[in-house]
Amino acid sequence: MKHWYKIIAVILILYTLVWGLLNDVPRLDILNETIRNVYYHVPIWFAMLFMMSVSVVQSILTLTKNKLDNDAKAYNAALVGFFFSIPGLTTGSIWAKYTWGTWWTFQDPKLNGVAISILIYLAYFILRFSVDDELKRARISAVYNVFAFVMMNVFIMILPRLTDSLHPGNGGNPAFAKYDMDSSMRMVFYPAVIGWILFGYWLFEIKNRISFIKNKIHD
Amino acid sequence: MIFSLLKKELLLEFRQKSTIGGVVVYVIGTIFVSALCFKGKLDKPTWNALFWVITLFTSVTISGKSFLKETGGQALFNFLHYSPTHFIVAKILYNMAFMLVLSFITFFFYAFFIKNEVENLGLFFVVLVLASTGLAAILSLMSAIASKASGNFAIMSILSFPVLMPLIIVVIRISKQAVDGIEWAGVGFSFIGILIALNVLTIVLSFLLFPYLWRD
Repeated sequence: MKHWYKIIAVILILYTLVWGLLNDVPRLDILNETIRNVYYHVPIWFAMLFMMSVSVVQSILTLTKNKLDNDAKAYNAALVGFFFSIPGLTTGSIWAKYTWGTWWTFQDPKLNGVAISILIYLAYFILRFSVDDELKRARISAVYNVFAFVMMNVFIMILPRLTDSLHPGNGGNPAFAKYDMDSSMRMVFYPAVIGWILFGYWLFEIKNRISFIKNKIHD
Repeated sequence: MIFSLLKKELLLEFRQKSTIGGVVVYVIGTIFVSALCFKGKLDKPTWNALFWVITLFTSVTISGKSFLKETGGQALFNFLHYSPTHFIVAKILYNMAFMLVLSFITFFFYAFFIKNEVENLGLFFVVLVLASTGLAAILSLMSAIASKASGNFAIMSILSFPVLMPLIIVVIRISKQAVDGIEWAGVGFSFIGILIALNVLTIVLSFLLFPYLWRD
């Protein structure tokens, strides 16, 4: 039964999409009903971070094993992760409009971190397009991917903890997990995280099969 | 081994006086243009931001060339004669020294043509030193990557700007404190800690990753 995770992904996402709109949520100032976005916005970012981690692991494997399939996988994972950043940004931007009153703000290190990581992956794609030789491209882009991933993590993980952020859990803002997310919200949030990560992995597998077939035809 | 590589870099730099002269003229030209554009009307945050933008662009332009010569026959010679880890450490050390001198030159002319807003000079110099070494370390590896990807004129900037952002954000933060003249007791030493950590992290990563860029 190799399709189990796809079925689970579909069921979990459908369940969170429907039940996320129906279940009871805590009444909070400013957030009000927008708190439901925590079921959609946050899991999509978790899925993106997961795909970026898959990509960097594949890049490290490319360097140590010197194989081209790992390089293709690293590229596909980065592509899927990049794809997730678009709904992640859109849901975040709409949420920000209704709670902070603006579509985009430079006051928040998490937003800057996201902008930087999108730039990093665009640079990674451009770097790949500008090297023709396959083996050379695999090694060079893997080196950049590993280095950029570390720098991105420095940005996303460390800097927001030292400066103020508008996001919950930073700079005196309450965190959902600590205070506000009650057990009925967790019943939607955690399945949503698992569902989106499995969905990302599914997309990644499809991309892998496409590049495998393309390689076959090319040869 | 590292010393002989450093000596080679230095000799090559001074043999081609046009590059080293060009760098200084580039810096002075950029600062003079900015001075004319702003006409001396800068408040402190703008002064700070403009200084680091100029330093950022200078360092990307200058360090972009550090691996340009190492292609073709020269690359083959390096491959046969040096070990990759020695080579990258020598490159980083040389670029650090070069960037240090360059950023102090930049500061001198910036203070001369625009003005000197810094009230805590000691702290500012600490930031200047750590920022130059950090920039040089990151840009050495980026230059090594960019030299392998030919045919794209902007590849150096595209690759470097996003990975330089953590460094630049921290540097601007702490440099703002120096410009405002905050006493040593109130200085955010955690930021200086991050700067040192970024330096070390970059050197370690270059040390680990550069050998994979070594063979063609």
